[in-house]
Amino acid sequence: MTTTSVGETGRVSQPGAAGPRPAAPRQDGRRRRTHSPSARQWAALAFASPLLAYLAVFYAFPLWRNIELSIHDYTVRAFVQGNAEFVGFEKYIEVFTSNAFPTALVNTAVFTLVSIGLQYVIGLALAVFFHANFRLSGVLRALFLVPWLLPLIVSASTWAWMLNSENGIINSVIEAFGGEQINWLTSPDTALTAVIIANIWLGIPFNLVILYAGLQQIPAEVYEAASLDGATAREQFWRITVPLLRSVSAITLLLGFIYTLKVVDVIWIMTTGGPGNASLTLSVWSYREAFGTGQPDFSPAAAIGNLLIVIALVVGFLHLRLQRTRGNS
Amino acid sequence: MTARSWWKTALGVVLTAFMLFPVYWMVNVSLTQTGDLRRSTPRWFPSDPTFEGYSAALSQQLPALATSLVIGLGCVALTVVVAAPAGYALAILNLRGGRTLNFVLLVAQMIPAVVMAMGFYAIYVRLGLLNTVWGLIVADSTIAVPFGVLLYSTFMAGIPRELIQAARVDGAGPWRTFTKVVLPVSRNSTLTVSLFAFLWAWSDFIFASTLNRSGEFVPITLGIYQYIGNNTTQWNAIMATAVVASLPAAILLVVAQRYVAAGVTAGAVKD
Repeated sequence: MTTTSVGETGRVSQPGAAGPRPAAPRQDGRRRRTHSPSARQWAALAFASPLLAYLAVFYAFPLWRNIELSIHDYTVRAFVQGNAEFVGFEKYIEVFTSNAFPTALVNTAVFTLVSIGLQYVIGLALAVFFHANFRLSGVLRALFLVPWLLPLIVSASTWAWMLNSENGIINSVIEAFGGEQINWLTSPDTALTAVIIANIWLGIPFNLVILYAGLQQIPAEVYEAASLDGATAREQFWRITVPLLRSVSAITLLLGFIYTLKVVDVIWIMTTGGPGNASLTLSVWSYREAFGTGQPDFSPAAAIGNLLIVIALVVGFLHLRLQRTRGNS
Repeated sequence: MTARSWWKTALGVVLTAFMLFPVYWMVNVSLTQTGDLRRSTPRWFPSDPTFEGYSAALSQQLPALATSLVIGLGCVALTVVVAAPAGYALAILNLRGGRTLNFVLLVAQMIPAVVMAMGFYAIYVRLGLLNTVWGLIVADSTIAVPFGVLLYSTFMAGIPRELIQAARVDGAGPWRTFTKVVLPVSRNSTLTVSLFAFLWAWSDFIFASTLNRSGEFVPITLGIYQYIGNNTTQWNAIMATAVVASLPAAILLVVAQRYVAAGVTAGAVKD
């Protein structure tokens, strides 16, 4: 059981500490008389019914519509009239054999893995740094949350302006140091790098907060004992922090993967997946097919979307298994 | 204070300044004269500040800000109404099949928004809900509801059983136990859930840009996006709108920082 820094704020109590304690037998008997188990189950069902209805109408139904979209040939007209032709897996084959597919797949892998890798390393370094609890560390740590709280359109358009070829501050700094102007967003060589930089910036706060919470769980005595034994700061990091942070790190990376796989806004606002397909990921591709062009093409977009769900599900099962092994250990 | 810890504070300030530079830059550009925007070397400080960007932003984007406010508050109400009772059913009434439901919620959080957007689009087209505030409230709430249920049920599982049993002994049924005991005790969870439901709805771009592209009332995120498309030269006005759109996040960070930190971790580090 690892309830963490939720407890930091002192609000969510640890299940282990405040969990059910053996009730007095008299109360127990009385409870059974007034609320039989089945009556309680009916009550439970009643309280859960808004959620169940919600999930059915606003989750299951759109997802089912999405599958339906992907196995029919939907045009805008067919959308309104509802007489799209059934085409089976044709749209999936169309997507897999498309020229954009290998590009999008590689871009997705690079975008996702580089983003979460660097977010994690920077987040961990900052978490260790802030863990030292120096003056102002609390305030500064709070300020680090700002990028995460800003609307994505705000951060993405700010980055787009900062990376602007002629008038951007970043090129201005590079040129001041004697470098050459880089066409960050308009050159196929750098567009993916540019959106990755912005995305790493966006993800650092999340990694910092979670890893910091993980660090707080490590008892201070462990470090004290290690210092007494003469371990250096570096040894303490590799022998204590890294191993004891393993499960929190795994969760952080998995969630980071799932979040990054879904990213549309940042890339769309900065480059719309271009130039050409240079910064096209699977999510952006799906968005572009369905909503990004003058001619909406919902069926392939839905097919790409379903592929994304499958990838997310595989990772989701990994997540669950990980949580289960953590619960047992 | 030892010398070493001052050194760390100094480094911390430098790192924070570096991290927040884009935010500073947004404010700086928003105060820049239109004529200075295209200088070959940008001004590092708003030495000659102007509010023309802000007056342009406010004169054009005020309705969008109001729309976003309505959508955010609607999303908060819908999320709490659905999530709080469900958390109660899962954590305290021990709903049968609760584990399965928890798993479904976990999976629900993994579904890409673009997929949901297509599904909603297909449904809304038929129902005539495209370009409506209601449609957007419902769609935006799908980001917050699974998170809300998981947060509520984690918290409620930690409420001492004596409290619940005492209510039962006093003759309270499940409904009264919920409204008189569980909900008041879970006040902080409600705050965290509301805060995130509001921020996510306020910041949403994907649903807004797909389900509400040509509506009469567009939210602020779409307002900024259309701004970028329409007049790429007026970056001071765009950045001024961006600053205004960031205000709720800034206010909430100052007023409710601990709930923010709690919410970020709750999604990731649960028992």
